[in-house]
Amino acid sequence: MSASTETTLVATPETKPAERPAFLGGWRQLLLTFAFPLAVLVFWHFATYGQKYSLIPPPNDVAEALYDLAFGGINDDAFSVTLHIHLLASLSRVYGGFALAAAVALPIGLMIGRIPVVRQLLDPTFQVLRPIPVTAWLPLAMIMFGLGPRSAFFLVFLGAFYPILINTIFGVRSVDPRLFEAASMLGCQGSSQFFKVVLPASLPAIFTGLRLGLGFAWVVIVVGEMTGVQTGLGAIIMEARQLSRTEIVICGMIVIGVAGFISDRLVMLLGRRLLRWSPGHA
Amino acid sequence: MRDMTTPIVELKAVSKQFELQGERIEALRDANLRVRKGEFVCLIGASGCGKSTLLRIVAGFEQTTRGDALMWGKPIDGPAPDRGMVFQDYGLFPWLTVRSNIGFGPAARGRPSAEIRDTVERFMGLVGLQRFAEAYPHQLSGGMKQRVAIARVLANDAELVLMDEPFGALDAMTRERLQDELLEIWQRTGLSVMFVTHSIEEAIFLADRVVVMSPGPGRIESEMTIDLPRPRDVSAPDFNDIRRELARKLHSNLARKAA
Repeated sequence: MSASTETTLVATPETKPAERPAFLGGWRQLLLTFAFPLAVLVFWHFATYGQKYSLIPPPNDVAEALYDLAFGGINDDAFSVTLHIHLLASLSRVYGGFALAAAVALPIGLMIGRIPVVRQLLDPTFQVLRPIPVTAWLPLAMIMFGLGPRSAFFLVFLGAFYPILINTIFGVRSVDPRLFEAASMLGCQGSSQFFKVVLPASLPAIFTGLRLGLGFAWVVIVVGEMTGVQTGLGAIIMEARQLSRTEIVICGMIVIGVAGFISDRLVMLLGRRLLRWSPGHA
Repeated sequence: MRDMTTPIVELKAVSKQFELQGERIEALRDANLRVRKGEFVCLIGASGCGKSTLLRIVAGFEQTTRGDALMWGKPIDGPAPDRGMVFQDYGLFPWLTVRSNIGFGPAARGRPSAEIRDTVERFMGLVGLQRFAEAYPHQLSGGMKQRVAIARVLANDAELVLMDEPFGALDAMTRERLQDELLEIWQRTGLSVMFVTHSIEEAIFLADRVVVMSPGPGRIESEMTIDLPRPRDVSAPDFNDIRRELARKLHSNLARKAA
């Protein structure tokens, strides 16, 4: 058999690289995506609009307040044109706390997963600390870090820490043992297996941890900013609540939702690039 | 040392025992085997006969409980690039492309990148995978994955290829095609091959010599040299005679055990 016939024989692909099936046409997809939120909006409108003593403002009041919060020109009060300040404050705490959590949880998780002594030393402590809700740390955080942004930062760190840690440990521990055999017979042995096998093989789980951690960071930020913090989306919600400005409260909620959604999407895009090889992520 | 008389692999009274849930399992008892350079040896037997254990001992993944496992006369003390294993479940690195999987060994051993590139190209060509150089394992069929696994071992200068039921998970068509390709590569490169299978036909089609093993405890029962001319025709009468004889050997072991 010559080389060329061998090539033609073999080159028939038995499976094509996976393609995304287009189950849904563009319009159908769009309709399904927006049907439910629209229905909620309509219900909200008719339940609150024109009611004299409604405690919940109708959607158009909230939309107005949101515009004023961002650009001003409607109410011109203490809340006008402050959105960017609060958003930036929260963003910096979320990403700062998250980055610190990742920087601490990743190496610890890798070591707990890979080195038995470290596992015996640290794992029981983390297992006991883990079920404690982040909010339960609030009083202690205020004592340790004072009333203010540093407590919020600490809570975000704590909220993001455990998902990253747990998933990293899981990822490292569930590497297929076959891959270690394959690596060692190919001449990759000992500590170099850590970077060539352990790290890439546990990347999908680590990534899931990062995504969950960032989600928790957004959940925790509001709690963290509710006491003694001047700026931030949590702070603006608390302040508006005290002044009975419920439309501002709802604005804060919406902004948190959108910001959290966008940041999750960004992480997912990053993951798709890094994990093209993984059937679950590509 | 590497003259014609030194076998590439020699097992001397090798025994292997496992501890499984507090019970002692005798996976292999007093196995003696010599494989010559360039020889294609098939190990065949029912499950539990220790054929995979024997292969894993030669690979260096398992240590012997008693006896010596030697390569070129020196004790085997762990996995090494001169003995490449092809697993039934492929064992490819899912995060690497076909190209990088094949280049993994040379890269791990610190070869210069230009040399790695040439080596990878050559072996991708040998198994006909150039078009899929940038594909990831999950995008490939079983047959293509196994070609990558074979190329990966060859690209790493393995002299001895250990194959543990490599085609067991493939469909019949792909399996036959890969058998042909494997024989062609073997004849072209002068490799030595130890090939575990439970298919009598596969063993006769491929091997210079078939080693028959039997379970409980796992041991080598008999050997049979296959001197049919190649390429072999599975429907030829003399092929059938050998098949019948080998089947009789395998079944007589089982019958004796049952009695």
